[in-house]
Amino acid sequence: MNLTLKIWRQPDAVSPGAMHTYQLADVSPDMSFLEMLDVLNEQLNDQGEDPIAFDSDCREGICGMCGLMINGDAHGPEVTTTCQLHMRSFTDGETITIEPWRSDAFPVVKDLVVDRGAFDRIIQAGGYVSVNTGSAPEAHSVPVPKDDADRAFNVATCIGCGACVAACPNGSASLFMGAKVTHLGLLPQGQPERDERVVNMVAQHDHEGFGGCTNIGACTAACPKEIPLDVISQLNRDLRTAIKHGH
Amino acid sequence: MSHDSHDMDMPDTVTSTEASHSGLLDGEYDDAAGYYTPGTPLVDTKAPQGPIADRWSDRKFEARLVNPANRRKLSIIIVGTGLAGASAAATLGEAGYNVKTFCYQDSPRRAHSIAAQGGINAAKNYKEDGDSVHRLFYDTVKGGDYRSRESNVYRLAEVSTNIIDQCVAQGVPFAREYGGLLDNRSFGGVQVSRTFYARGQTGQQLLIGAYQALERQIAAGTVSMFTRHEMLELIVADGKARGIIARDMVTGEIQTHLADVVVLASGGYGNVFYLSTNAMGSNVTAAWRAHRKGAYMANPCYTQIHPTCIPVSGSHQSKLTLMSESLRNDGRIWVPKNQADCDKDPREIAEEDRDYYLERIYPSFGNLVPRDIASRAAKNVCDEGRGVGPEVDGVRRGVYLDFADAIDRLGRDAVANKYGNLFDMYARITGEDPYSVPMRIYPAVHYVMGGLWVDYDLQSTIPGLFVTGEANFSDHGANRLGASALMQGLADGYFVLPHTIRDYLADGPFEAIGEDHPAVVEARTSVTDRIEHFLSVNGTRSVDSYHRELGNIMWEYCGMERTETGLKKAIDLIRGLRDDFYRNVKVLGTNESLNQSLEKAGRVADFFELGELMCIDALNRRESCGGHFRGESQTEDGEALRHDDEFAYVAAWEWAGLDERPVLHKEDLVYTAIEMKQRSYK
Repeated sequence: MNLTLKIWRQPDAVSPGAMHTYQLADVSPDMSFLEMLDVLNEQLNDQGEDPIAFDSDCREGICGMCGLMINGDAHGPEVTTTCQLHMRSFTDGETITIEPWRSDAFPVVKDLVVDRGAFDRIIQAGGYVSVNTGSAPEAHSVPVPKDDADRAFNVATCIGCGACVAACPNGSASLFMGAKVTHLGLLPQGQPERDERVVNMVAQHDHEGFGGCTNIGACTAACPKEIPLDVISQLNRDLRTAIKHGH
Repeated sequence: MSHDSHDMDMPDTVTSTEASHSGLLDGEYDDAAGYYTPGTPLVDTKAPQGPIADRWSDRKFEARLVNPANRRKLSIIIVGTGLAGASAAATLGEAGYNVKTFCYQDSPRRAHSIAAQGGINAAKNYKEDGDSVHRLFYDTVKGGDYRSRESNVYRLAEVSTNIIDQCVAQGVPFAREYGGLLDNRSFGGVQVSRTFYARGQTGQQLLIGAYQALERQIAAGTVSMFTRHEMLELIVADGKARGIIARDMVTGEIQTHLADVVVLASGGYGNVFYLSTNAMGSNVTAAWRAHRKGAYMANPCYTQIHPTCIPVSGSHQSKLTLMSESLRNDGRIWVPKNQADCDKDPREIAEEDRDYYLERIYPSFGNLVPRDIASRAAKNVCDEGRGVGPEVDGVRRGVYLDFADAIDRLGRDAVANKYGNLFDMYARITGEDPYSVPMRIYPAVHYVMGGLWVDYDLQSTIPGLFVTGEANFSDHGANRLGASALMQGLADGYFVLPHTIRDYLADGPFEAIGEDHPAVVEARTSVTDRIEHFLSVNGTRSVDSYHRELGNIMWEYCGMERTETGLKKAIDLIRGLRDDFYRNVKVLGTNESLNQSLEKAGRVADFFELGELMCIDALNRRESCGGHFRGESQTEDGEALRHDDEFAYVAAWEWAGLDERPVLHKEDLVYTAIEMKQRSYK
């Protein structure tokens, strides 16, 4: 297939960026989207033009490093990560627009690469169980109901890619936060710090410049791991409870 | 990483070394003569003596303590934030040391441990099915084909149970039974159920657990995290590892980081093959720069290749994806009997025109032969021109894995229940529906057992340089059991290194060195010189094109089957390509910005040197063991043939300089708690 690609180019965090147009011929439908960009980069390199910077690492949909706005959709038209999107989802002659994640809290580093350090700082604020190495009790000393364990797992599959933020008109990271608060809140090990966790994570979230949630649901629709919207209800509920407890 | 090999359910027979030896006399062959220099043997591995079950407690007791008040005066650098790095950083931070941690990704949570699917072994014996520390130890040594160090493996099995406790306490959502207790499954063909798992995403859940523990220490101020930083050189001052030179990958700033001790937890080097199941950024640079500074590289040729990956679809292919080997329980592997049928729709190829080659050659084990046999057989039929799928560089590299019989026998729903997620993944990547068209599979590089040599304390041959996880060589011998990579990474990071490193740190803090120390200046200069060289060549070929060509050489001659002729040819090819690379590579842009071509250039340069050493190591080891198969060392039936009397040693290679012959130091492997046996599956 032959494609027209409109791609955001920005030399660094402070310089202004712009959309550039490239033609790419002979694209195989079996290529992944990122392999298509690899081929474009080889072409640019041959022509002496700086290759386009974009993030990716595992390329099997689990590390969360990749993430592009493709024709305005986070990770493109399928429910998957950008690395697992294949060119057979596009048609010959199509024009594809490629941008970095859209969010003030994820500033552009270069071209399609953004800084998602804010997610790490939200986890630092409380997204853990405080248990030093070696101090753990025997694993079977605390049974966990299977339903709780299964649901905790389902929401713990969040890969921290940031698609939820990029898709949200408010730039909210509530789905990301809700997933962690729900994961740890469902488990007995997460109870002692449950109140502080939600209060501190939400405070950090707001401090980073993410927007509030207005229940639009674009986040869950864009999520490659299909984290359900009700983790945000759980987040709000936990927050209300913590405030009632005097936090 | 995934469900796993069936290697382990093969019966074993005790054979005398003579019987396994096909009459070779000691020293009759020295295939690598002319490529290496013999060195002195490695005798002191710090492995404690005495009963094997007591050795680790003895070592922990003997290792000196560091007063809590002194810990904050001691600084530790950790490179890599996968299971082995993040767990160590969190634990040492909790203990009160000053820790600096580095990763090349944008967040420590991205490290490639996250992609491990299948599970983590632990000798909990929750199923009361006869498991024990000793049995996990035994299975691991046997799985490694008697090429690992028994003291280390015993310790791994011993601390495995603590790992599960720790992870559960962190909130890792392992699979549970209805009673609320942890579920286990049998894995890797072993006869006990000792594998803990979180659906097919165990690595992800364990890594997130370690990552959260690490982030907690970052918040506490005990750990400083440097993301998008890449270690480019090790600083060895006055005989000790004292720091690293790192490049800030966003600004290009070349930074000096000094410390009392350096830990490399930088993962494996499977990407020397270009295509592997590793992440795009996985590289050998941290380990290789340490090797060039005096750390021995052990058994670099030991590579694990999985038979059930999704085949290459074209020359654009950037990485390979593993599918669970459990697929071989129900799928039947075949290729057309006639080359003329290779491009036909497989459904139109008549039964009598199909060659179910594994069932034909190995009637008793059929499609369940060990993974190395299955991999080699697939390569052989493709080399004969009977492969299927798209032609890439003139060859079809794929074989069918057909579920039609299984669907007839069990019904589509039953097959979907067992393999649904794998079928979905396959369909997403290939665009083909495996319920109606046979899957295509091909082997891929997955894990490396080789790595930097370490003693029992996980310390390399450079004092003050410790190595953990896949980056070291110590626990898996010549082949790794399924669900043991996660176990080793977390064992090293949570429970082994924090004890052994304190014995070294008890002598610290070491005399402060400044940025003007000659060792620092030398390291910085070598880094900046190399970067300037890559940016100034202004040749005609991209870094990726060299990497791909190197990968092809490695795959062809140092992949599933290695021969003397092939390896010697590979060494020549690699040397030629490396010379061309330095003269003709094209790296655009500047150092002072995010420059992904520049990052890759340094990594590929190191892969060239590593690849050559892997070939020399493979050339020297004229035996077949574990993941290493030498064409010259097989039985009449094509089985791997080990030579315990000649090769029961760790090959630890010392760097002698570019274009100089590396020096081979042998560490004899002595088994006191276990008897060596030869694999057999007749």
